[in-house]
Amino acid sequence: MKMQHIEGQNKGKVVLFALSTCGWCKKTRELIEDLDADYEYVYVDLTKGEEREEVVEMVKKWNPQLSFPTLVINDDKTIVGFKEEEIKEALG
Amino acid sequence: MNNFDEPDEQEVDSFYKKVKADAESGGYHLNSDVEFTKELLKSILINKKRYGYGACPCRLASGTKEEDLDLICPCDYRDPDLVDYDACYCGLYVSGKILSGERKLQSIPERRPTEEERKQHQSSQSETFKNLSKPVWRCNVCGYLCARDAPPEVCPICKVSSDRFERFI
Repeated sequence: MKMQHIEGQNKGKVVLFALSTCGWCKKTRELIEDLDADYEYVYVDLTKGEEREEVVEMVKKWNPQLSFPTLVINDDKTIVGFKEEEIKEALG
Repeated sequence: MNNFDEPDEQEVDSFYKKVKADAESGGYHLNSDVEFTKELLKSILINKKRYGYGACPCRLASGTKEEDLDLICPCDYRDPDLVDYDACYCGLYVSGKILSGERKLQSIPERRPTEEERKQHQSSQSETFKNLSKPVWRCNVCGYLCARDAPPEVCPICKVSSDRFERFI
């Protein structure tokens, strides 16, 4: 599965599962970039076939509801939805 | 980034006017942040081109209409989310309290059941009822009820198509 990498300061491993059409996902990306954190993201709605299955299983592992945005920090902490304060606290 | 033709500004603008007029005539409100709202409406137009139906832009569509009927905008979850959180899941529709600034718009929890739960719900629905002269149909978007042999082609209240109705009684 191909992740897009956005460069920034190293604040741990930051992975964002998002949808290309979703307003809250866009706000989440903007916030992470304002906080200048290095991160990887994937637009799950643009994946197909096996790649889609693979990424869906991965998201479900962190967030069984399969909702977006799902932000995973250091393969440990999951933040579901555009939770501004929580994201700032984790990446600020 | 994606292979689909993005709708142009004019297309988004006329869709915005239509959705806004429909919302207001039914007592609903669109988010007053026009830029955010138009971005969501543009995404719905992208989904219409991509899937053939206007799936919710903030949820993962399957690409199969029958599996996604509940998340075609306006989705089945808009009304309960307006009651509980003053906004729909995307923040496209908001309550009067948010419109007036009394409440602040924020990202809300997902209430759509998981795929497994949705399948269970479907299979538990086959039960039918009693000695009514007509079955009763319910619009899953706005709750409109009618007793007739089949649901109407278009909901007279919220204008969604007949496939958004389910047998209620």
